[in-house]
Amino acid sequence: MKRSRELLMGLALCGLSAWAAAEVSPVRSMAAACANCHGTEGFAQTGMDTLAGQAKDALLKKLLDFKTGAKPATVMHQLSKGYSDAQLEELAGYFAAQKK
Amino acid sequence: MKRRQFVRTVGAVSALGAVGTLGLVAGCATTGTGSGSRVVVVGGGYGGATAAKYVRMWSDGGIQVTLVEPNASFISCPISNLVLGGSKTMADITTPYDNLVRRHGVKLVRDTVVAIDADKRLVRLAGGTELPYDRLILSPGVDFMWETLPGMARPGAQDKVLHSWKAGAQTVALRQQLEAMRDGGVYALSIPLAPYRCPPGPYERACQVAHYFSKAKPKSKVLILDANDDVTSKGPLFKKAWADRYKDIIEYRPKHTVTDVDAATNTLKFEFANDLKADVLNVIPAMRAGDIALKSGLATANKRWCEVDFLTFEAKAAKNIHVLGDATQSAPAMPKSGHMANQHGKTCAAAVVSLLTGKTPNDSPIYANTCYSFVSDTDVVHVASVHRYDAAQKTMVTVAGAGGVSAAASQLEGQYALAWARNIWADTLA
Ligand code: HEC
Repeated sequence: MKRSRELLMGLALCGLSAWAAAEVSPVRSMAAACANCHGTEGFAQTGMDTLAGQAKDALLKKLLDFKTGAKPATVMHQLSKGYSDAQLEELAGYFAAQKK
Repeated sequence: MKRRQFVRTVGAVSALGAVGTLGLVAGCATTGTGSGSRVVVVGGGYGGATAAKYVRMWSDGGIQVTLVEPNASFISCPISNLVLGGSKTMADITTPYDNLVRRHGVKLVRDTVVAIDADKRLVRLAGGTELPYDRLILSPGVDFMWETLPGMARPGAQDKVLHSWKAGAQTVALRQQLEAMRDGGVYALSIPLAPYRCPPGPYERACQVAHYFSKAKPKSKVLILDANDDVTSKGPLFKKAWADRYKDIIEYRPKHTVTDVDAATNTLKFEFANDLKADVLNVIPAMRAGDIALKSGLATANKRWCEVDFLTFEAKAAKNIHVLGDATQSAPAMPKSGHMANQHGKTCAAAVVSLLTGKTPNDSPIYANTCYSFVSDTDVVHVASVHRYDAAQKTMVTVAGAGGVSAAASQLEGQYALAWARNIWADTLA
């Protein structure tokens, strides 16, 4: 008990908000799997499309079109099929929210 | 912060024990999250460097990260076959670790780990230093099972018969051997039984050497001696490339297991075939998890690969020690690739940040693999797969209906492959 009171004090000193901030949400982890090709947080190096900051609806439409085959692709038709439509929507929302 | 979450955080902090109250309070000075926690990463390849960067990034700089790596720069295995083919240079595949240090605050220690004390939670370095950790991330890569090729223990054998399966000095040396070879000579490449690092890599290498021969010494041959029953990755695409582009240069012989090498006479010995002499021998020996993982008792699968919990990459054999990349006992259909190691690095980083801040790691990771292979200096084929965690089987499985291979080799994919390299290098190191 004494120990946990010390811990509480420690936390109070640190400020609780700092502890709450370190949240690697599942969607952030999921989006990190796109970074190998589209850059960290969707900011790409030359030769790949930057996803960060594109409109959510536009991103989602492209992803769904890759999945159905409506949009021609070398690899995205194969990768997008690995995700549910709901996951693709989450990904689109995540990248749309990334701003420089 | 909700009360329940708060209690959980406090509980987890107590569980850290050694760090305890003092560590926690002391950690306040640096602010951020997971403050005062120490992560040591061993090995700055695709897995380790990515993990180091992402632990810093995802803890908002709150967790201290020390990367132990003997080299000043990262040299990429992917694209290194193009150095053998002559269309890329070593400089093209080399990236210094500077950005990890400058931009992400990773502490780089140029040394190697000689021992892990799991009870005291510290690693001992060759230089004598001891580094304490709360969580250790090992990305030791592979080492070779030289005991399977007795002749390679003779003095000088390993300097003459190269593997070039770790990009660096051997990449340069093999290129020199190819340049020095007479026109009309034979280059013999031997491939071990799967699993090995980079399944399509040997077949890409055969294409690259054949491409070089076709331009510079067209009477020469590439002989592929594969211990496997057939090409282990992108078989139809590689066979088409060999038939269409290198018909008179490449010969493929499956089911050829090398049992010994006589470096003095450049001779290969096989299980079921006659001895074979060539001008340049390139022997890729069977491989296993890196030495430090074996020495530390982490290679629980056949004393060869490290079994891990795919939610956290914590080793089955030891608490607080995570293992990444090629050294792991792979999940079904999960290749030992740089792309995959980068994904391991992020999944592990997310879990480590969660664990050190008292949260529950993500219970449903999902990520992809893509391996691009150059069949010439410009044309590329790929294989892709999507992998998700299966709670019932407690491992990663491929998502049915996703993934696949290229329809045909193309220059467009050649451009994407180089863009992939730029992006994954930046994602791993910048
Ligand atoms: C192996 C590399 C690779 C990975 C991994 C990858 N992509 Fe792609 N992406 C591409 C390529 C290449 C294209 C161009 C279309 C094609 O040929 O497939 C592309 C195109 C796209 C586009 C269209 C961009 C535009 O503005 O027209 C979107 C959207 C996209 N990807 C989203 C994603 C998402 C989301 C992920 C993660 C789930 C992802 N990508 C993972 C290689 C990749």
